[in-house]
Amino acid sequence: MSTSLSTRDIVYIALFAALTAALALFPPITIPLVGVPITAQSMGPMLAGAILGAKRGALSMVLLLALVAIGLPILAGGRGGLGVFAGPTVGFLLGWIPAAWVVGLLHELGWRKLTVIGSFTHAMIGGIIVLYAIGVPVLAVHASLPLKTALFGSAAFIPGDLIKAALTGVIAMAVKRAHPIIEVRQSQPA
Amino acid sequence: MSRSILHRLPAGLKLTALAAAGSAVIWVSDWRVMVDLLLLVALAFPVARLGRGALVQQLRPLLPMLVVLFLAQGLMASWTEAALVIARIATLVLMAGLVTLTTRTEDLIATVERLLTPLAPLGVNPGKVSLAFSLALRFLPVIAEEAERVHEAQSARGLGNSPLALALPLIVRVLKSAEDIADAIEARSGHDDPDCPQEKPQRRARFNPLAALKTVKE
Amino acid sequence: MIRSSVGHMFPRLHGAAGSVSVPSLPAAPGIEIAEVSHRFGDTEVLRNVSVTLTERRIAIVGANGSGKSTFSRLLNGLLVPERGRVTVDGHDTANAAKAVRRKVGFVFQNPDNQIVFPTVAEDVAFGLKGQKLSADERAERVEEILARYGLEHLRDRPAHKLSGGQKQLLALAGVLITRPDYVVFDEPTTLLDLRNARMVGQVINTLAQTAIVVTHDLPLIEAFDRVLVFDQGRIIADDVPSKALSEYVRRMQ
Repeated sequence: MSTSLSTRDIVYIALFAALTAALALFPPITIPLVGVPITAQSMGPMLAGAILGAKRGALSMVLLLALVAIGLPILAGGRGGLGVFAGPTVGFLLGWIPAAWVVGLLHELGWRKLTVIGSFTHAMIGGIIVLYAIGVPVLAVHASLPLKTALFGSAAFIPGDLIKAALTGVIAMAVKRAHPIIEVRQSQPA
Repeated sequence: MSRSILHRLPAGLKLTALAAAGSAVIWVSDWRVMVDLLLLVALAFPVARLGRGALVQQLRPLLPMLVVLFLAQGLMASWTEAALVIARIATLVLMAGLVTLTTRTEDLIATVERLLTPLAPLGVNPGKVSLAFSLALRFLPVIAEEAERVHEAQSARGLGNSPLALALPLIVRVLKSAEDIADAIEARSGHDDPDCPQEKPQRRARFNPLAALKTVKE
Repeated sequence: MIRSSVGHMFPRLHGAAGSVSVPSLPAAPGIEIAEVSHRFGDTEVLRNVSVTLTERRIAIVGANGSGKSTFSRLLNGLLVPERGRVTVDGHDTANAAKAVRRKVGFVFQNPDNQIVFPTVAEDVAFGLKGQKLSADERAERVEEILARYGLEHLRDRPAHKLSGGQKQLLALAGVLITRPDYVVFDEPTTLLDLRNARMVGQVINTLAQTAIVVTHDLPLIEAFDRVLVFDQGRIIADDVPSKALSEYVRRMQ
């Protein structure tokens, strides 16, 4: 982490890593048509980018994954430890870092005219397109699958991810109104 | 838990060995060799005085995926290829799990910090990294409890499992406490904080609309 | 308890004719606030406040939004005033942040946000990180402060498992380990139950340091040396507790 990060930035990074870990505790929801359980946790990178911006959002994901690596069971389903990074879906985990970065960058660029739809689109580009662009090829190589098969197998999660991107849009706008972080850094003490 | 020889090895050595072994495993192309390696790693668990439960726990979350992959590979490519892929994944996961289970979290954090020290000239500040780790470890249970409280409050209002009703208040609370936490850290650190002098003018400039515009893009 | 014999019957206006003393460098010990104004956005939270704090027990009371919390944050440089100057024993908070923070400790309202390390001993040691101390000295200081506040047996306990009173003691221990000369408390008893509030009150009243306490807890400050009453960003009363508080209560009605 670079020296240009203030104490406040470090706190945001740490709290969003912890928050994303806490999202693993929310019960998964199964969407009726697809039948794939969706966990709240993978909303973490979208939220981190949308609320903290590119740099802090991406670093919060770096920290989260570092905490996973040192053995904390903080991924959905209580997974943790270096073993998680040895599995074939590792790309969908490490992809959280660039995903949060892209979501954050798009939010920073469109910050002043941000709408729910805009935020949703940013979350979708970073949190789905970027994430799958990393996760799918890694899965294909790691599990020796053809790319198309890997993509087809992952596609079942896309509806859930779209819901998360939409939620991120609503949350990001509400947070922008109530407690913006990307623009203003300090609020009045009570 | 009794400490085995694997527990006593330095964390840095274990991490290096893991990285080396992980890379080496990729080059194995014979499924029988791979299965032998898998058995070898599995045997290391009793050597590390870890029970069978620990081993199963490492693999269980992966099981559904391993089954799907095995069938897909077997039907599309060959069953030997399927065995190779499955054995490789299981080996990697068990090796990594072995390191995690035989190394204390503090030692891993300390190793991470030591590994980052040479990066200091590139702008990586090990002190800040360690602060970030500590803060995350400190506030993880706090946020988890907070999530539980928000969940209860929302259930009482009949909002049940609405993810929005859960996530939004949680996030706003987290952001609010972040301000206080940052203040507390600054107030308590009586040392040379490189941010102290820089941050003051920035805070004053907060009321200047031009400066506020500049901070939109870091 | 030591009580200052200096009279506080009139507001102290810095530089005003007849004020007790105008400090010249090297400054007399104390915290001096000189013609300070501060705004958040369009809201003026402090309006030309001037006051010198030298007593050992000083309370700051006032309604929510009266500016007292902002005022307290000026005292250790957490906030630098937009206009005016704050000096601690002669060190300007605007350009000597390091010296000021060594001198002035700050205990926040919610200890949960002030405890920043996972375990009790680690958290207490945090304040020593930047100080040039040997590992032995450091450990000694940690043990000493844990013992003073009866936290020894909780040394390796995760901070989030502590009770409210224990958390407040830990927060205080984490501040006092750096041996500041002044300790600012921001509503130290607001979040505590009656028993813990009394316990914390007793700790504050027996501190060797100067204590400056922002509070709504009037019994806590009955025996203090001086009470400042804030209203709409100004000090409207500055007196011994009995007089200042009756003025405060009268205004609140």
